[in-house]
Amino acid sequence: MATEAPSAHLAHHFPDLQTQEHAARLGMWLFLATEILLFTVLFTAYAVYRYLFPGAFDEASKLAHVSMGATNTVVLITSSLTVALGIHYARQGDKRKTVGLLAVTIAFGAVFMVLKGFEYHHHWVDGQLPGKFYHFTGLTGPGVSMYFTIYFLMTGLHGLHVLIGMGVLAWIALRAARGEFSREYSTPVELGGLYWHLVDLIWIFLFPLLYLV
Amino acid sequence: MSLSPTSDAVYNSPNYLTAPTGIRSWLLTLDHKRIGVMYLALVVAAFALGGFFALLLRLELLTPGPTVMDAMTYNRMFTLHGVIMIFLFMIPAIPGVFGNFFLPLMLGAQDVAFPKINLLTVYLYLIGATIAVWGMIQGGTDTGWTFYTPYSTTTVTTLSPVLLGAFILGMGSILTGLNFIVTIHTLRAPGISWMRMPLFVWAMYATSIIQVLATPVLGMTLLLVAIEKTFGFGIFDPARGGDPILFQHLFWFYSHPAVYIMVLPAMAVISEVVQTFARKNMYGYKAVAFSSLGIAFVGFFVWGHHLFTSGQSTFASGVFGVLSMFVGIFTAVKVFNWTATLYKGAIQVSTPFVYFLGFLYFLIFGGLTGIALSTVSLDVHWQDTYFVVAHFHFIMVGATMMAFLAALHYWWPKMFGRMYSERWSLAASLLVILGFNATFIPQFLLGNMGMPRRYYSYPQQFQSLNVASTAGASVLGFGFVLVLVYLVASFFSGRVAGPNPWGSRGYEWDTPSPPNLLNFPETPVITRGPHEYQDGPSAEVTHGH
Repeated sequence: MATEAPSAHLAHHFPDLQTQEHAARLGMWLFLATEILLFTVLFTAYAVYRYLFPGAFDEASKLAHVSMGATNTVVLITSSLTVALGIHYARQGDKRKTVGLLAVTIAFGAVFMVLKGFEYHHHWVDGQLPGKFYHFTGLTGPGVSMYFTIYFLMTGLHGLHVLIGMGVLAWIALRAARGEFSREYSTPVELGGLYWHLVDLIWIFLFPLLYLV
Repeated sequence: MSLSPTSDAVYNSPNYLTAPTGIRSWLLTLDHKRIGVMYLALVVAAFALGGFFALLLRLELLTPGPTVMDAMTYNRMFTLHGVIMIFLFMIPAIPGVFGNFFLPLMLGAQDVAFPKINLLTVYLYLIGATIAVWGMIQGGTDTGWTFYTPYSTTTVTTLSPVLLGAFILGMGSILTGLNFIVTIHTLRAPGISWMRMPLFVWAMYATSIIQVLATPVLGMTLLLVAIEKTFGFGIFDPARGGDPILFQHLFWFYSHPAVYIMVLPAMAVISEVVQTFARKNMYGYKAVAFSSLGIAFVGFFVWGHHLFTSGQSTFASGVFGVLSMFVGIFTAVKVFNWTATLYKGAIQVSTPFVYFLGFLYFLIFGGLTGIALSTVSLDVHWQDTYFVVAHFHFIMVGATMMAFLAALHYWWPKMFGRMYSERWSLAASLLVILGFNATFIPQFLLGNMGMPRRYYSYPQQFQSLNVASTAGASVLGFGFVLVLVYLVASFFSGRVAGPNPWGSRGYEWDTPSPPNLLNFPETPVITRGPHEYQDGPSAEVTHGH
């Protein structure tokens, strides 16, 4: 401990910066595991109700707006690329490119949310809503409203995570703009990027389950 | 062995209790020891509240008819009792208090990996507890702590605040577990390999894994109930195609592993206590270490034993029943190792050791009735009777409470630097163990006779056993009050304990009592395993008993 030059980023209880970064990464991965388990409840509910109402889920999923969903998939996957590039430049200490790429990522997130808003609006107008709010006359029968319960719960929770992710990235971009990161220390950028990748990854499962199959 | 130099400079430097002063220095502290002490105050308050409601329940059950409350009030009381004891005491108690205080000390670390997150958990606990208790009292929640649908989504009483409170408490629990896992991975002092970690740390590691992996499932499930109740999305509503049994599966996927969140920390404490007071190294260190992980692992695959009578297939019930018995095997591995550790030990019968004996008895009795309950044909008879109530109180209150008290008495001198009255503490330990038996053994008998749980009245022929149970509960309550009284007295005027009054070889005892604000002046280098008594007792023994 005494032999190393003390870093401004090193907390008193860690022996060195490597250990501290290792701890931060491990903590983030564990946190991501808890996030996945949060969604697992809804994936389980999806599996159970799809098994109980295969026909109704099949019909109801045709009401989903595939073109907007597909566009959103492309948008999110691209945003994963931009955030990965952002991490790359943060590690090289390139402040300008880091901030720029994080801003682009946030913009992609905003595009995703706007498109999602249009989808929600269409479903709202058509009465394709969860549980007791369902009043769409074009498709009725047991299990149809359950599709929309699951749809809104899953995409709603995911949308909330997109918003949180945008907030996290905005905060990190702000810190990057203030010059807090360098070649030596860029862990928060990496952790924020991990979170964003998770948000992207969950959508990659949601899109086929809710729109395609 | 050089855990920390015992020079005068270290012993004379300010300890964590006195170093920074003022209320602000406590409320915003990042020190794991102060956070542990705050948890102690909070969980003891929660326990007192939950115990108060338990005594009201026992008072009501003194006579067959209405005694002091009506049926609805009774339902609210057992909900308050259950929610408070489970979410506010059993789950956070040992990890929050002793895990926070001793895990870093046992690893030769200055703090947990994320001290700010650690402080955050205290406030999550405070906020979650306030919302939950206020919500239950204000809204008259009457569902019991299990919140079973469809009753919970159709009851006229308010439910959402307690669900939100439990969600927030769950976040705190997850973050505590996450913090411990990362701490154990990254902050072990040089020389503490995995096979040199104290067994307390091993069991806390297993506990933390369950906290991290199971709690998010409960959180989401409770949110779904709140959404269902508030907005009628139909996810658990049969009228809209929902499946109430799905709730039971999701709920128990967390809540059964949660039982091991409550009992593994108890086993963690016991492994330390038995080695110290038998002056022996653990008979089978690896067996005890890995059986903790075994319990954590198997614990995830037994939830279906709560659904034997919920329309689950006979095959599934059989599989869940057999899997549940595996828990008994891992537990037995521990029990045999603890008892083998006693063999030829230099046993010192102090208060923590008495609680260890109580723990062993309650764990074996409660565990064996658990194996009986996991047998489907027997469970169908006992389902929802007082037999089940007595069984889980034997484990959760009997075993876990014994371990909590053992930990409190074992580590009190380390935490506060003072001794308590050995005479009074022995008397209280006998009262608690006796009172506990008198409370719950009659309930085993009542359950076997068919008395169902969660009713405020019962037929005349059950009265004598119920009177015995209520009498036992009063003795138990008196015992707890006694503990509180002499510990408070000890805090202010107890004899100064010195660094190691028990002559323990646990790493944490090689610090001053109370420990310094910064645990170790410099990172210690460990050259021995935990509790190596073949080298003779610790050099720092100041006085024995």
